[in-house]
Amino acid sequence: MKKWECVVCGWVYDEEEGCPEEGLAPGTAWADVPDDFICPDCGVGKDDFEMVEI
Amino acid sequence: MSQTQVPVIVIGTGLAGYNLVKEFRKQDAETPVLMITADDGCNYSKPMLSTGFTKGKSASELAMADAGKMAEQLNVTIRTNTRVTSIDPETHTIFIGEESIAYDKLVLAWGAEPVAVRIEGDAGEHIFAINDLQDYANFRAELDDKKRVLVMGAGLIGCEYANDLSNGGYEVDVVAPCNQIIPNLLPEPAASAVQHGLEGLGVKFHLGPLVRRVTQTEQGLVADLSNGEQVETDIIISAIGLRPRLDLAVKAGLQVNQGICVDRSLQTSDADIYALGDCAEVDGKVLLYVMPLMASARALAKTLAGQPTDVSYGAMPIMIKTPVVPVVVSPPATEGLWDIERSGVNVKALCRDDAGALLGYALTGTCVADKLALNKELPAILK
Repeated sequence: MKKWECVVCGWVYDEEEGCPEEGLAPGTAWADVPDDFICPDCGVGKDDFEMVEI
Repeated sequence: MSQTQVPVIVIGTGLAGYNLVKEFRKQDAETPVLMITADDGCNYSKPMLSTGFTKGKSASELAMADAGKMAEQLNVTIRTNTRVTSIDPETHTIFIGEESIAYDKLVLAWGAEPVAVRIEGDAGEHIFAINDLQDYANFRAELDDKKRVLVMGAGLIGCEYANDLSNGGYEVDVVAPCNQIIPNLLPEPAASAVQHGLEGLGVKFHLGPLVRRVTQTEQGLVADLSNGEQVETDIIISAIGLRPRLDLAVKAGLQVNQGICVDRSLQTSDADIYALGDCAEVDGKVLLYVMPLMASARALAKTLAGQPTDVSYGAMPIMIKTPVVPVVVSPPATEGLWDIERSGVNVKALCRDDAGALLGYALTGTCVADKLALNKELPAILK
């Protein structure tokens, strides 16, 4: 499981935890996150996330 | 890479400058890049300045990396605390006082500046316009032993600060010469829901008047409003708006309007000078938000790497960081009919054209959850 960070605001998506508030169940891989996902903190798109090392 | 190769010069190391160069390096690892900034070159996210208390972060904790780290990471040279004083497009030269530096391509990413306001009285040094991390650090240092904050302006930024400072335990007054909050973006019922939420935190709104005069007293500051009301406070934030920085572009003879005019390839009226972010007017649009800036950074990076690319903007929902009543809004570009459902602070306002196509929306409270579905229906801003 990996983590992905919004390059704009630093919000982190943790695949292990998912993001139930945005409809992403725990364990949802980044590749399976819909393309129209937007950062819950600053509103930028999926392209603006980069993988971060744990 | 030849040592004498003339560099790409980028003026500005905000979100626009750094994200452009980050994208450029994905295309081109070699071409020398010189970045020049008037501040210390820390990489930080400007939208996060109005979330410091809510996220429990000090000014220095909002900085993600310093200039040295960024220079290494991006393989560029960064000159900090350096102000470009003029640009000569004819000779492809920028000037820093007496010093001249040649560029191959020049990118203007120097942002916008707060609208200046003249307030009478003797308390000018207690009025803060927060436009960068250093401004925020200065504000936080002065705020340290204070209890009350007056925010001038009830737009997006003013309301975000009001929420954040309330979360930080401060007593907040908001003064703005408008009938509703966030008038440029929100229909009235959505604005009133957010105002209600902020009032629940203790924020006091004074809508209608302006701050005329601020004077120092033994207990702090007194603001005289244009309707005769007086507000006691300790420190003031001016959040009355931003405008693109134009001075150097005008002096260089570049075409400007509200912003520095660029076409869809982000090219100014001079073929080797480009602009993006808060200083740019792209195809007639000045949009001081992160999404268009990121789209521009990606397109311009390709163009600079030799693959001419026009920018396009998709739908552009704007998140307003008022966590007490969260908001997401996509302002309609053309006139339409609003259909508004409201339940407490939860508002779903949809704007549609005659044929029923969605033009824009404003969602507050729990209704923000509908944004993903609605975004699919929104028209693109620049196709």
